[in-house]
Amino acid sequence: MAARTEPRIIELRHVCKAFAKPSGEPLPVLKDIDIAITRGEILGLLGRSGSGKSTLLRIAGGLIQPTSGEVLYREAPLGGPAEGIAIVFQTFALYPWLTVLENVELGLDALGLPVAEARRRAMASIDLIGLDGFQSAYPRELSGGMRQRVGFARAIVSDPTLLLMDEPFSALDVLTAETLRTDFLDLWIEQKLPTKAVLMVTHNIEEAVLMCDRILVLGSNPGHIAAEIPVSLPQPRNRLDASFHAIVDEIYAILTSRMAEAIGERKQVHGGMGQLLMPVSVNRVGGFAETLAMPPYAGHAELGKIAGPLALEINDLLPIAAALHILEFAELEGGAIKLTAAGHLFAQSGTEERKRLFREHLIRFVPLAAHIRQVLDEREGHRAPRERFEFELEDHLNRNDADSTLRAIIGWGRYAELFSYDDRTRTFGLDLSGQ
Amino acid sequence: MVEHHAEVLTGGVWQQRVPGWRDLVATLLVLGVVILLGIGARQMVGPFVAEHQQAISLSPAALPSYVLRTVMRMLAALVASLIFTFTYATLAAKSRRAEMVLIPLLDVLQSVPILGYLSFTVVFFVSLFPGNALGPELAAIFAIFTSQAWNMAFSFYQSLRTIPGDLDEASRSFRASPWQRFWRLEVPFAMPGLIWNMMMSMSGGWFFVVAAEAISVGDVQIALPGVGSYVARAIAQRDLAAVGWAIAAMTVAIMIYDQMLFRPMVAWADKFRAEQTAAQIVPRSVVLALFRRSSLAGHVSGPIGEELHRIARAPLVIPWRLPLANSWSPPRRLVDAAWYGLLTAAAAYVGWELAQYARSALAWDDLKVAAGNGLLTFFRVAILIVLASLIWVPIGVAVGLRPKLTERIQPIAQFLAAFPANLLFPVAVFLILRFELSPRIWLTPLMILGTQWYILFNVIAGASAFPTDLREAAASFRVRPWRWWRKVMLPGIFPYYVTGAITASGGAWNASIVSEAVSWGSTRLNASGLGAYIAQMTEAGDYPRIALGIATMSILVIATNRLLWRTLYLLAERRTRLD
Repeated sequence: MAARTEPRIIELRHVCKAFAKPSGEPLPVLKDIDIAITRGEILGLLGRSGSGKSTLLRIAGGLIQPTSGEVLYREAPLGGPAEGIAIVFQTFALYPWLTVLENVELGLDALGLPVAEARRRAMASIDLIGLDGFQSAYPRELSGGMRQRVGFARAIVSDPTLLLMDEPFSALDVLTAETLRTDFLDLWIEQKLPTKAVLMVTHNIEEAVLMCDRILVLGSNPGHIAAEIPVSLPQPRNRLDASFHAIVDEIYAILTSRMAEAIGERKQVHGGMGQLLMPVSVNRVGGFAETLAMPPYAGHAELGKIAGPLALEINDLLPIAAALHILEFAELEGGAIKLTAAGHLFAQSGTEERKRLFREHLIRFVPLAAHIRQVLDEREGHRAPRERFEFELEDHLNRNDADSTLRAIIGWGRYAELFSYDDRTRTFGLDLSGQ
Repeated sequence: MVEHHAEVLTGGVWQQRVPGWRDLVATLLVLGVVILLGIGARQMVGPFVAEHQQAISLSPAALPSYVLRTVMRMLAALVASLIFTFTYATLAAKSRRAEMVLIPLLDVLQSVPILGYLSFTVVFFVSLFPGNALGPELAAIFAIFTSQAWNMAFSFYQSLRTIPGDLDEASRSFRASPWQRFWRLEVPFAMPGLIWNMMMSMSGGWFFVVAAEAISVGDVQIALPGVGSYVARAIAQRDLAAVGWAIAAMTVAIMIYDQMLFRPMVAWADKFRAEQTAAQIVPRSVVLALFRRSSLAGHVSGPIGEELHRIARAPLVIPWRLPLANSWSPPRRLVDAAWYGLLTAAAAYVGWELAQYARSALAWDDLKVAAGNGLLTFFRVAILIVLASLIWVPIGVAVGLRPKLTERIQPIAQFLAAFPANLLFPVAVFLILRFELSPRIWLTPLMILGTQWYILFNVIAGASAFPTDLREAAASFRVRPWRWWRKVMLPGIFPYYVTGAITASGGAWNASIVSEAVSWGSTRLNASGLGAYIAQMTEAGDYPRIALGIATMSILVIATNRLLWRTLYLLAERRTRLD
């Protein structure tokens, strides 16, 4: 659908965004983003949480001003929320004190229409989106799926040219999300919507492949466009198609190979102290390893294939894969994950043995863990404040990442009984007896 | 998919056209309220000469008209408080620089004892409308206003600051103008908190209306017709029966007020709750239901509602609003520095003037006396809060854990909190005199007579909100009573308790002025303390010492709020979170 000759609805040129940290120094969130959305296109922004994709969507919607760079909406600079751009929110953002009808009419407030005309258009939009009969209900009387339908009706009531969707289905259960996706795609394909282009943010790879004509994969720290993947499959798309799977696997491969690369690079510098860890429960790591060790995978799986049955989205899956990779219980290659010999042992052993193995690998492959333990061993009283390690980490990582890493290491260290941590006093210690 | 629901849109063909009994009752209610308000308002602007005031009659027959006039003052003050809230709090929430001044100022204003305002403003208001009753009326209304406005403004400000990010973004993406945003997002979101605070304000107002009507500052003696003056005269005449009549009249008035105004408002405001889950207990109101079901009321109020709706939706863009883009504005820090400089200079000037004034009017001994009295009252309040907690926390928990009982007790506790306890003072004083008790000890409980109920009903609310699974877990593990209190129940109700105790202690400070020095006829009882000090100085018209007493009290209240209550509040917040 996306032909190059079509006019551009919105264009982001060299957009950068930095938020001010509490200390005053800027924290870059987006770096040098170039995006152009053309007429008739659904563009997907895919990335992990923290990749700045929601910020990017808000910049396109005029809700946030970029630090540098420019946003052109229909060839004119965008100075704030503009007529013809509407947003569907992840959390629905419905006004609880307004009925469905009043919520939808809210989308027309700025147009200053006569009351009767506003009501007629709101009703038409409600009908179109399948909410007829619910117009006098309050949002709290509706299920999540119906609430998001109100969100859609409110967004399209003003006949927007550009529709921005911020993870519109992620707060819904699997079945509801699927129904709503299909309904939306039907309206879009049958061209019943006045909308000319859609920008959708998601962290669900299959959703992106199902809906989008083009997918931009965002990398983190700061957010940048890591890859662009055109999806030329005809609509309606079939999740079971081999070509569908090929694209899903390709995206997994892009995401994981970048992650594995980054882990490898960080391991080489600063004695590995700058390794970024993502907090993930050891139980999930263990559970994932067990599944991976068993048939049909037998220690080797495409991430795209194992994610589905385990109902894991990339926000859950990637931290687990990263933890296994860092601890050398598994290896990431392309879009696949393969258990190492130690990984097989880890997956098959009982509680005590697993704990011992985890502890061994933690000390060997996570220099930070070994460092904390060493400091505690050497200190009199065997205590050390969290701040101390925070400072050390902030030499190599930004504050958010340092915090994430510390939270991960606290969880892992507690599980491995390598050290203890007291959150009230924010100190590490060696009180492993539980007293 | 395309189906039309014409009948819903055109207002309902199924509605009955013949007036029903509901229409009759609704009409009577509306007419009655309108006529009563009219009568009350006319009386307020009549001629007034301080020397020839109408004597207050102690006949019970005169009470209804007195109650009406008192209620009018309350209403007028409530309207003034709302206007103040909408402007002051909005300004504080929208402008960072205004916020720097307005919020600390509000904190101080809130801690100033309400009678303090009265003594300083009555002369001003009387001189504003010489020879007209409007002057002293305004003084009384202003005094009531000061007992209502601050916490309403705080609540509104807090709501404005905590508007959920997604709703804010939605309204911005729909390009709502500030006016639309105010009526469609900000006011509705703040509504539940605001109404709750209005009810609290009302309770405070009832308490002080009694004091605000019989104004006596130095040689200014004013008795505005109302329940307060009635009670004051009953005290002067040692008429215990009249006090009884006043109590009865007030009880009826508060109940009517509650049924006609607050219950409908609370039931109506239920839809503004921001949580999207269905509430377990839906507030109901007979009056609101009556009006909602009456088709006549619907026909009359429909067009009005439409019109209000249209006004709220009008774009109304303020033309001189600064552009969004940060294109030309001078560096933020520079403006900030200038602003800080200006504030410092103003504060220094006022401080200097005050110091000059104080040096000429006060001696060091005055400071010592005020501080000593302050400490005495401080210990009284502390002991009372501890005692009230020991009594009401166990009772509140016992009630709160039994839903049936809660349903019955909770309205009573709220009524008791709203009832002006100072109406009961004469009874207490009578008993003290009768049994020759020590005023220093026995006047003390009066301070907390009216505000202890806040502890009770907050604890009840906390206990009834205590998660059932946690209770069941404790029961199934057979946790022993002592540990059950210490580890299960008390931590669970702690945040609620703290909220109640803050209100109770604030109220006790305020009440000290009226309860530490009381009289019965010509007999005066003085418990000494800061409240008695302020009351005495007010009677003598000694402005520098009134100011000193008020300042001491404000400082003590602010210090306890900051050092004790805020710490406890933060602790409560931190400890009861699971994430």
